[in-house]
Amino acid sequence: MALKNVKRSIDRIFDKNLQDLVRGIRNHKENEVNYISQCIDEIKVELKQENVAVKANAVNKLIYLQMLGYDISWAAFNIIEVMSSPKFTFKRIGYLAASQCFHSDTDVLMLTTNMIRKDLGSQNNFDAGIAINGLSCFMTTDLARDLANDILALMSSIRPYTRKRAVLISYKIFLCYPEALRPAFPRLKEKLEDPDSGVQSAAVNVICELARKNPKNYLSLAPIFFKLMTSSTNNWVLIKIIKLFGALTPLEPRLGKKLIEPLTNLIHNTSAMSLLYECINTVIQGMQSHGSSIQGSQNLMKLCVQKLRILIEDSDQNLKYLGLLAMSRILKTHPKAVQSHKDLILQCLDDKDESIRLRALDLLFGMVSKKNLMEIIKKLMIHVEKTEGTQYRDELLSKIIEICSQNNYQYITNFEWYITVLVELTRMDGASRHGSLISSQLLDVAIRVKTIREFAANQMAAMLENAHAISGQLRRNGMQEVLFAAAYICGEFAELIEKPDSLIHAMLRPRVMTLPANIQCVYLQNIMKVFAIALIQAEEEEDNERALNLTRVLLEKLSLFLQSSYIEVQERASSTLSILKYIEKLQVKESLVAEEFSILFKGELNPVAPKAQRKVPVPEGLDLDAWINDPPSSSEDEQPEEEFPKKIYDELYSPTREKRKEMSPEEIKKRKEERLQEQASNPHYLMNKAADGYQKLDAEVDPGLAGELNISVPLHVPGLPSSERYLRMEQDRQRRAQAEKTVKKRHKKRGKKKFVHVSEDEEEDIAPTHAVDIVQEEMPEGAAKTDSENETTKDDPYRALDMDLDSPLTPSETLPRPRHHEVRSKPDEEKVVKEKKQKKKHKKKEVKKHKKKSRKAPTESLLVEEPANEQVSEVTQNTPDTIEKKENKAEAKDDLSFWLSNSDAVSAPEAAKKVEGPEKVVQVNGIEEDEDDHEVAPAKEKKKHKKKKDKKETKKHKKKHHNVNDTVEMEASSNLQLSSYKLLGENKEIKLEFETRSSSREEKKIVVSCLFENLTENHIKNIEFNILDTLNTRLVRTGGENSHDAVPIPFSLPALSRNECQLQLTASSVTMPQRMRGTVTYMVQDQEHTKQEKLDFKLHLPCSAYLVTTPFSSVFLFSFSNHFTKLLTSGDVPDKASVKVDSKGIPLDHVLQKLCFFLKLSVVEQVGDSASLYSSSIQHHHICLLVKAAANGFISVDGKSNNASLLSNIMDQAKEIVQG
Amino acid sequence: MIKAILVFNNHGKARLCKFYQHYTEEQQQHIVRETFHLVSRRDDDVCSFLEGGTLIGGSDYKLIYRHYATLYFVFCVDSSESELGILDLIQVFVETLDRSFENVCELDLIFHVDKVHNILSEIVMGGMVLETNMNEIVTRFMEQDKLEKSEAGLSAAPAKAAAAIKNIDLPSLPKDLKLPDLSKLPSFR
Repeated sequence: MALKNVKRSIDRIFDKNLQDLVRGIRNHKENEVNYISQCIDEIKVELKQENVAVKANAVNKLIYLQMLGYDISWAAFNIIEVMSSPKFTFKRIGYLAASQCFHSDTDVLMLTTNMIRKDLGSQNNFDAGIAINGLSCFMTTDLARDLANDILALMSSIRPYTRKRAVLISYKIFLCYPEALRPAFPRLKEKLEDPDSGVQSAAVNVICELARKNPKNYLSLAPIFFKLMTSSTNNWVLIKIIKLFGALTPLEPRLGKKLIEPLTNLIHNTSAMSLLYECINTVIQGMQSHGSSIQGSQNLMKLCVQKLRILIEDSDQNLKYLGLLAMSRILKTHPKAVQSHKDLILQCLDDKDESIRLRALDLLFGMVSKKNLMEIIKKLMIHVEKTEGTQYRDELLSKIIEICSQNNYQYITNFEWYITVLVELTRMDGASRHGSLISSQLLDVAIRVKTIREFAANQMAAMLENAHAISGQLRRNGMQEVLFAAAYICGEFAELIEKPDSLIHAMLRPRVMTLPANIQCVYLQNIMKVFAIALIQAEEEEDNERALNLTRVLLEKLSLFLQSSYIEVQERASSTLSILKYIEKLQVKESLVAEEFSILFKGELNPVAPKAQRKVPVPEGLDLDAWINDPPSSSEDEQPEEEFPKKIYDELYSPTREKRKEMSPEEIKKRKEERLQEQASNPHYLMNKAADGYQKLDAEVDPGLAGELNISVPLHVPGLPSSERYLRMEQDRQRRAQAEKTVKKRHKKRGKKKFVHVSEDEEEDIAPTHAVDIVQEEMPEGAAKTDSENETTKDDPYRALDMDLDSPLTPSETLPRPRHHEVRSKPDEEKVVKEKKQKKKHKKKEVKKHKKKSRKAPTESLLVEEPANEQVSEVTQNTPDTIEKKENKAEAKDDLSFWLSNSDAVSAPEAAKKVEGPEKVVQVNGIEEDEDDHEVAPAKEKKKHKKKKDKKETKKHKKKHHNVNDTVEMEASSNLQLSSYKLLGENKEIKLEFETRSSSREEKKIVVSCLFENLTENHIKNIEFNILDTLNTRLVRTGGENSHDAVPIPFSLPALSRNECQLQLTASSVTMPQRMRGTVTYMVQDQEHTKQEKLDFKLHLPCSAYLVTTPFSSVFLFSFSNHFTKLLTSGDVPDKASVKVDSKGIPLDHVLQKLCFFLKLSVVEQVGDSASLYSSSIQHHHICLLVKAAANGFISVDGKSNNASLLSNIMDQAKEIVQG
Repeated sequence: MIKAILVFNNHGKARLCKFYQHYTEEQQQHIVRETFHLVSRRDDDVCSFLEGGTLIGGSDYKLIYRHYATLYFVFCVDSSESELGILDLIQVFVETLDRSFENVCELDLIFHVDKVHNILSEIVMGGMVLETNMNEIVTRFMEQDKLEKSEAGLSAAPAKAAAAIKNIDLPSLPKDLKLPDLSKLPSFR
């Protein structure tokens, strides 16, 4: 056999393995593609071999080729073959290939369900591991539905290796199959407290992912996470938890309060930067949602900012980056805290790392205020000059403008300054991209701020007049766009211009002809506007000479534009000229033309709101959806209506912007060539002449300016003020104000000290130098005043996971049991089956024959695989769940609000101690708790404290009382390692433990939760559970089963695993303890055969099994301690009993703890050495106990109840418990 | 969640691609190329975070990378992951490789992609971090290796011999990834 194997593999040693393939590819660099296609052919041959080893090798090579970008989905079926190999080596290759190339749409995936299930249940934990790992990459809805149960079972596997994988993949299951979330959630929650830190971490990971999308459903887990946070040392887990709290705090303000203390500790103590950073982030998030209302948050915030500063100052670029990132988040809520670090942030602008510079810029953006705007912008402008990279310079420039224009110019107090800044920007180098941006800013400011118009118009006039000097620079910088705005503003507000004549002269310089066409057009149009004003002025002064002169100059100079190569310019020039000629004619006749002429340009320009077009009301009777003509054929594209207004806007403000962006140099070149060709073939085109003429003209008229002035230093042009002047003015003003303030202060101090309220930080209201009268934007008449932007609701896969996790499960909410797809008998499934058969029969048959066989009986053989699951009764498992859930929900809600309210009563330093206690409430039913002894100490201290308090305060303070009783209850369950699981029966193969659970909602039912543990290395299946019913107590069997039938357990147990099943019992009377006999039967399956075994047991149900933990508060909502006294005195509880037991030195606290835990009692009140406890049965009998520590270490228990038998049984139990 | 893990060398040649979300092979290549362009033009002394490319990502996603000698290790993650945590995770990954291959170098990654995948699968599963403890990772990986060897047994001998012969002419490339100060792992130690 072995020899045969050797021989076979010798045959194949000349197949390429992965390393050969890689080497081959490296050796065929020049014709890689050929080589690979040759290899793929080889692989195809290899895949046809029967030997799995050969196939696996081929698949392994395919994985490599996939990485190089080759599609290997054609081999999907072969991959599945390899996956189904019993050998781990090949299986792993198969699963790896599957994880790389399968996805949810791969259709062969549906064939894999049973194979994956088999691997999941494999004896070898690595088989399960690779299967889960593969599954995580190609989960589909079908797989998730079919395998949910198996994964859930693996979540309680005894091997942490498997357990943690199962926990982690449950997230993928939930994503694909949201219905699984609720049934699986209790177990997932349980894993948060898994003894293995890896499993715990996985559970935290999953819940954090879930909670990130729907945080509110996970609020009830806050106490558990809180405990984890204070106890865990795994930074990875801590980070996740802290991130989760970041998502939870916005929903629950009290949580934020609770977190302050531990977060502060972490921030102070941790050495891990990652943890520190996440803590700070969470603090920020908490602050964002609740402001700084929370006491102590200010200090925390200060601490955070302080730590962030350290991060930013660090030499590690990563920390610096993250520090800035976090700063920008703080900025939103605590701008002042950040503003004090302005120096540091400005410093970051000099950093060599671009991402850091951009972050710093972002921060500055949020930091500006009216006060510091000028200063910040000044610094930024210096940076613009200094920086080299054009991209960053562009970014700076646009940031400057963005900062200034944000929120409708909110922070600008002096628009003169802003206009000056804009003008200065035009003179900066390399501002190429933003010419049009600056231009539109100028227009926007001039149009919207009425008071600035005069200043703006004159500035622009100055710019136009000096354009000849700076135009070279402007052109180089792509700033000509600015001239567009300048000309437009001058024209529009011409009446405000001081010297219109000289402006007209300046605008008529021949160099204007070198500007882009659209700017020339604006020039022409606006010259006329200025001219109109000049005419009016001239006529008012009755200076006919001047008027006529002007007209003639215009006539003369404008005729140049007639020769423009741009049609638009030509046309405008010619119509302008004819108007001018007409005017000249009138002027010669000495008639007044100005008024009539200026009518042409009448009308005020008001800004239009961006939403105006949308808000135009639809006239009555107009149906926009109705067709005006018959609908055109579908192929025709329609121009969307909405684009129309936008287009107009774009054309008005930035006619060239789009063009420039669209055309790459190649495109331009291509177009030029096309154009030239077209021109060549066009007989009407005048070759080159136009261009020639234009060049000559340029040379003739102004020879001096023909060469461009290449001035690298920005000229200081007289008449253009520098923005620095304003900064100085502002600083002066501030200094003066400061001085005044101090004077005032002194003055006030001398007077009445009490009324001094001047604080340094106070944001003073800076009186703007200009009345900032931002013009109201125009809206169409009848526009509705609704500002609500329609929210776009995204369709995300996480919505399906938004479900209430606390509400009880309904019977219909079950995980689907594995069922067989009987209809499908696809070849692949058969292969899997085939292998099984081969194994079983230990026969070698020829494959072809075999195929035929298996095709005949696919269903039959499938049954062999999963025999137990078909007969599973769903209800047995789920109804108990429901009860438990209901109980839990009520509890959980109470707990959370209690847990949170806790901190209201306790001051901050105590909070830390409190931390240890509260979350235990949740674990009242807890299974195993790992508590350290040191936790006892703080709890005790706290209690003492409480007691003292209690004495002081009157009993009317019910909140305090609430605290007292719950605190004790907490301790009760926390200090000792208490487990309510008792051994039910055990043999060498299987071990049973059980616990009883009850609910006040079910008067006659209790649940026995039975833990089955497989002690063997074999598979145990077909487990059935049966109890010999007594008259009083019966096992609930579903369906029409006979009262003697066994209940099948809905799972099988892989080697060394355990699982829990819940069985319901009905009890007609709850006053007596019950003893019942029962049997568990099961099949042990080893390599060769299966054998049936059984285990007999006795189930002992004490009376406490029928008790329900009922905090007294939930029975009587108000003032319960009074009610408790009333209950005791009322005669509702006539039966009495008492015992006195030697407690053997066990302190009272521990006794109480045990009593509470085992007898499901809760403490109503504890004063000194005595405590009152209360519980009720499922049939609502009261049990009241008074436990006193008597002298000599004795403990006396007095009980009252309305059922004597129940009471005496409980007292017996209590006696046993106290005695230990 | 981690969306993708990419390892490529200084020339943009992919050495490992693991996507936790489906992309076609063509898209995958595109992503590798784009990521390479984004990452390679950055100096070594700038920060390790990048705000996503166009294909992979969106505003919620970040590229977090580390550069070791000839290789870039890039993780694409969403906002639920801690940036510094992922940096440490990359370090854990590389150190694990270093331990498993004994002084890992690019050649190891080139010729043993499958092994690298197997190691990675012990660290990250389905886009979620599975294990950060290096000892645990290495132990498990070794155990599986052993299992594999025991399965191969006698029948693997000829193949091994053949591989040894083939390996003789392996080009001698610099065999060191130059792990920078490995003590810098605050989060997991």
